[in-house]
Amino acid sequence: MSAAAAGDSVGLTQTQTVRLFTSGQPLRLEGGDALGPVDVAYETYGTLNADASNAVYLCHALTGDAHAAGWHAGDRRPGWWDNLIGPGRPLDTNRFFVICSNLLGGCQGTTGPGSVSPLTNAPYGMDFPLLDMADFVAVHRALLAHLGVTRLLVALGGSLGGMQVLQWALTHPEDMAHATIVAASSRLTAQNIAFSAVARRAITDDPDFHDGEYAALGTNPDTGLSIARMMAHITYLSEEAFTEKFGRSSQFEESRRGFGVDFAVESYLDHQGQVFLERFDALSYLYLSRVMDYFDPFSRPDALAALAASPVRTMVLSFDSDWRFSTAHSLRIVRRLENARVPVTFRELKSPYGHDSFLLENPVYHATLRAWFDRALEVGP
Amino acid sequence: MNSLGRLRLDLELVADQVFPGSRVLDLGCGPGTLLAHLMQAKGCTGTGVEINPDSVLAAIRRGVPVLDRRVEDALADIADDAYDTVVLSRTLQSMLAPEYVLTQMARVAERLIVSVPNFGYYPNRLRLLRGRMPVSKEIPYAWYDTPNLRFTTLADLEDLFARLNLIVDRRFTYTQTGRRLRMYGSAANLLAGAAVYVLRPTR
Repeated sequence: MSAAAAGDSVGLTQTQTVRLFTSGQPLRLEGGDALGPVDVAYETYGTLNADASNAVYLCHALTGDAHAAGWHAGDRRPGWWDNLIGPGRPLDTNRFFVICSNLLGGCQGTTGPGSVSPLTNAPYGMDFPLLDMADFVAVHRALLAHLGVTRLLVALGGSLGGMQVLQWALTHPEDMAHATIVAASSRLTAQNIAFSAVARRAITDDPDFHDGEYAALGTNPDTGLSIARMMAHITYLSEEAFTEKFGRSSQFEESRRGFGVDFAVESYLDHQGQVFLERFDALSYLYLSRVMDYFDPFSRPDALAALAASPVRTMVLSFDSDWRFSTAHSLRIVRRLENARVPVTFRELKSPYGHDSFLLENPVYHATLRAWFDRALEVGP
Repeated sequence: MNSLGRLRLDLELVADQVFPGSRVLDLGCGPGTLLAHLMQAKGCTGTGVEINPDSVLAAIRRGVPVLDRRVEDALADIADDAYDTVVLSRTLQSMLAPEYVLTQMARVAERLIVSVPNFGYYPNRLRLLRGRMPVSKEIPYAWYDTPNLRFTTLADLEDLFARLNLIVDRRFTYTQTGRRLRMYGSAANLLAGAAVYVLRPTR
């Protein structure tokens, strides 16, 4: 799983920030509120060609960030989708220009509930407006305009990223030639929402949450946020992946029977929860996960009108061991698109690693993406 | 990659039966040769269904929309009359439930094109008389490694069409080497290596 990826790394990269909306010219949110200023953190890899025909937009998942590929000075790990991006990799940076931004409501450089409100000069906290999938797309579009790209060759995303690509293709199909939706959903199930609800409850019931005012009070709901992450992490892996990784092995040379950490899997989850605290904000977790819960684009009667009128070549991929967004989720999207005569390609890939498979270097998966991207480049945007 | 002018003989025959601009569902589309040709040369749109991993990859690479699913599963998810033409090219014999597949095809399109090898072709009968299972250019497999599950003669197949209320609009027969046979009636059951049927459901 952690073997070095084929091809080369893009090397050292840097996150940039741009102000796309201001207090004077704010972002109009789907829910009616105006939000400004809006700063967006993003990275790009490769070079935009003369006719801006090789642009690929990556939408990240719930806890991702703009740093998709390459290395930041001093880091122990490359960007979150490094195995896909770089010379000789499926998104070959000698040929493609790849853009990845931190999404609205996030906490890795883009404006979110942890940002300072211009009205109070204090962090927004729970005064930050509720977000919608369409708001993520509106900000992505503003970044594209800033970068001088009028039409994407490919939009690509996994999980929540795939949901953004779906929303984008449905509402602004003229923005892209190819949509690539991986391990995503058009509609969370009751079980999905239930997991999100428990994660959010862990955060909001943490005594250090203080109704979202924790930053102003100098505290952080560490316990709640790490529990939320631990539980979510269980849903990202398959039973088989846990078994293969840990089995029932003990964390220590001799078992320490009791209620503390004893099994290796307990220590692993504990670690996942702890490192998450260093890079993620509890309010962002609440706001972003809630957007997923409410996402249901096909429930609108005219949902497919724009896309049917301006079809985008779409590929939907799922993984057979993914039980967070199982293949049934992907097939629901495929049915809707196929029925609207949108050119749609679908594959269910074999992988033992569950939902997280979309970030791993699986040969058939990468060959599929490579064939898709190469064809896209051949026909152009 | 260019498929123009390089179609397998039976695919060429099938392509001739598809109207320009129509929406085509190709069941068992292989590497997407037929659909790529129809999209390029006849302005058609459509979807392929294929389960062989290398073929799926090849179809994606040449820009053919393809569903990596079993034909039966893909059909079940397609709405009534969603396509103008549905093609089943040398695939029926590998279907576990050919009757179900034909019924579903008649539901999703008003024009069906079915191409099949003919088990009743006389060299096959001769091999069987000699006590051996037929192996030929059209049926090039040994019994233990064949993907073909359902062997039919043209006569048996036409009985099934009749029972499913599928009207044979046209039938093209040809020899093993791909030469067209101008042959009507039952002699084809003996002399044709394969056939292409154009069918229409009675509704």
